[in-house]
Amino acid sequence: MRRIISILMENEPGALSRVVGLFSQRGYNIESLTVAPTNDNTLSRLTLTTTGNDRVIEQITKQLNKLVEVVKLVDLTEGAHIERELMLIKLKATGAQRAEIKRTADIFRGQIVDVTSSVYTVQLAGTSDKLDAFIESVGEASILEVVRTGVSGIARGDKVLAL
Amino acid sequence: MELLSGAEMIVRALKDEGVETIFGYPGGAVLHIYDALFQQKGITHVLVRHEQAAAHAADGFSRASGKVGVVLATSGPGATNTVTGIATAYMDSIPMVIITGQVQTDWIGNDAFQETDIVGVTRPIVKHSFMVKRTEDIPATIKKAFYLASTGRPGPVLVDIPKDLTSPALTYEYSYPAKVKMRSYNVVTKGHSGQIKKAVDLMMTAKRPVIYSGGGVVQGNASHLLTDLVHKLGFPCTNTLMGLGALSGEDKQFIGMLGMHGTYEANMAMHHADLILAIGVRFDDRVTNHTSKFCPNAKIIHIDVDPASISKNVAVDIPIVGPVDQVLAEMLEQLEKTDERNDKAALDAWWKQIDAWRAYHGLRYETKPDILKPQQVIESLWRVTNGEAIITSDVGQHQMFAAQFYKFKRPRQWINSGGLGTMGFGLPAAMGCLVACPDATVACVTGEGSIQMNIQELATCLQYRFPVKIINVNNQSLGMVRQWQDMQYQGRHSSSTYEESLPDFIKLTEAYGHVGIKVTKPDELEDAMKEAFSLKDRLVFMDIYVDPSEHVYPMQIKDGSMRDMWLNKSERT
Repeated sequence: MRRIISILMENEPGALSRVVGLFSQRGYNIESLTVAPTNDNTLSRLTLTTTGNDRVIEQITKQLNKLVEVVKLVDLTEGAHIERELMLIKLKATGAQRAEIKRTADIFRGQIVDVTSSVYTVQLAGTSDKLDAFIESVGEASILEVVRTGVSGIARGDKVLAL
Repeated sequence: MELLSGAEMIVRALKDEGVETIFGYPGGAVLHIYDALFQQKGITHVLVRHEQAAAHAADGFSRASGKVGVVLATSGPGATNTVTGIATAYMDSIPMVIITGQVQTDWIGNDAFQETDIVGVTRPIVKHSFMVKRTEDIPATIKKAFYLASTGRPGPVLVDIPKDLTSPALTYEYSYPAKVKMRSYNVVTKGHSGQIKKAVDLMMTAKRPVIYSGGGVVQGNASHLLTDLVHKLGFPCTNTLMGLGALSGEDKQFIGMLGMHGTYEANMAMHHADLILAIGVRFDDRVTNHTSKFCPNAKIIHIDVDPASISKNVAVDIPIVGPVDQVLAEMLEQLEKTDERNDKAALDAWWKQIDAWRAYHGLRYETKPDILKPQQVIESLWRVTNGEAIITSDVGQHQMFAAQFYKFKRPRQWINSGGLGTMGFGLPAAMGCLVACPDATVACVTGEGSIQMNIQELATCLQYRFPVKIINVNNQSLGMVRQWQDMQYQGRHSSSTYEESLPDFIKLTEAYGHVGIKVTKPDELEDAMKEAFSLKDRLVFMDIYVDPSEHVYPMQIKDGSMRDMWLNKSERT
């Protein structure tokens, strides 16, 4: 099962390599990973998506918690949560395709953020599924380049992952 | 406040930590530190002959004393040579601080002479590591390193210090922090009372209980509490390879080591138990055999300081996360208060069954008139040392025979590389034991394979007068490899023999300035052993020829349950 694990960790050199190293060392998957400092610049927020059965996920969270630089973590998929991923996608846009891509981008509530005579660059935010669906809709043939940020997430309601 | 250079800060911080001896080897990046060591009293430096040995010696020191072992090595090859020693300590949760020199700050990343990213290299085998960036941070970093190494589940911590930070030309105010507070590192100090209560209730209903205790009891200084608990409950107790000595090997309720080469009775008792009380263990694959077949009828209680050990390999019914000594103390208190008692008839019947298993195999082996069996060597060692010696071991058949046949009376008496299985560990570890316990009798049980992996330390032993007694159980082959080749590869001894290339160990020992004694016949053994141990101040290398065809039994059968064992070359359960 797919899980989104959100980690608050010390904003120190080497901390990220310990998290990433743990996954390769213990044979766990990382599907996506995103990291940046928070409003408190001594802390970084790292969100990663992984897959595994309950036992594997329990081990992953325990092993992550053991890392000295990990301050707190939460498995967002255990409760209601919001997940978002940002994609920038560069598409061939000539002739009839131009209108079609514009329409599709509108349907997905994407924005065209850069235009040339033959290329549109579309910015799209949403769940990973939504980004996958957009890629499928525009079709492999028109895609020139895809950049995705990986998943960021936050719990719904009062739940907060902070110090 | 005093002004100190970075190098002086390192030495002073070690003193402030109470360190008296460190193990190391000098080199370019640590020369400032060695100069600071030269100009002080209070810390003794033991110069090893290979940095791997420094790590094993610090590790042995820690295992024997319970204190943090300290290693000092230079950058590059000095640092990478400690890697096997760090991994050994990591696998067995041994508290250790490794200080490595690094090339000067502005050279880092340039592939400078003797540069290695040792923090990167060791990342998966340390509890934590630091690269110091500013000289002023040295005291606080060393404080943190000792704190991390020795608290919670202990482990090695590496501190990498660039050479420019230790320069004598730059001095800073020194103060050593009294306390450490890290918001991201909080150790559990107390087990959950409700969970302990649940465990006690369950224990009182058990009809076929077994206490399975391990290295955590030794590391957690909880042997006396384990012993009290075992006696109070009247349950049988088995120790893991790492836990030997936590309950005396001579205790009536001790049923021997369990696992791959555990006793028949311990493995049978585990398999048939209805309750396992697991204390400071990690359900290692060398214990459980195939986990899906592990103890099919047992409820499991697991006490461990590391939450990640709980339900890692085997799902448990009642987890208790906390320091073993605190949890056991509270468990004993709760037992004192409860009126519940075990069904005595059931417990008596259980003991009767265990005694029958014990009588059936009981580590039987056959002797021969013309050649020694390795088991006889360990039994003789045990007799001659009155079971009191600190025994370090290398890895292989001799290690298993020592674990099976030397009845350890107390914790920290049995020093071996259990998790990583590091050949070459025994001799340097013995040096560390002698630093920790200078008056103890220390014997290193080894084989002609393992001893050659760190034999250069014979020179260190002469320099510092470490009177190690080396018991070389010489079967002229890599015995455990050969045993597996006999059992699983139709006897094809691929690269497990030396084709007449073994050195004359007696001449070699004498060349290093020590005493060598060769034993080839069974009737020479006991007197030779006595002679060796009578030479109190000398290192004696006993080269004892044993039957190369001997196997270690029992031996669990791969992918089976705990009760599936070979009992000798032709009989299996």
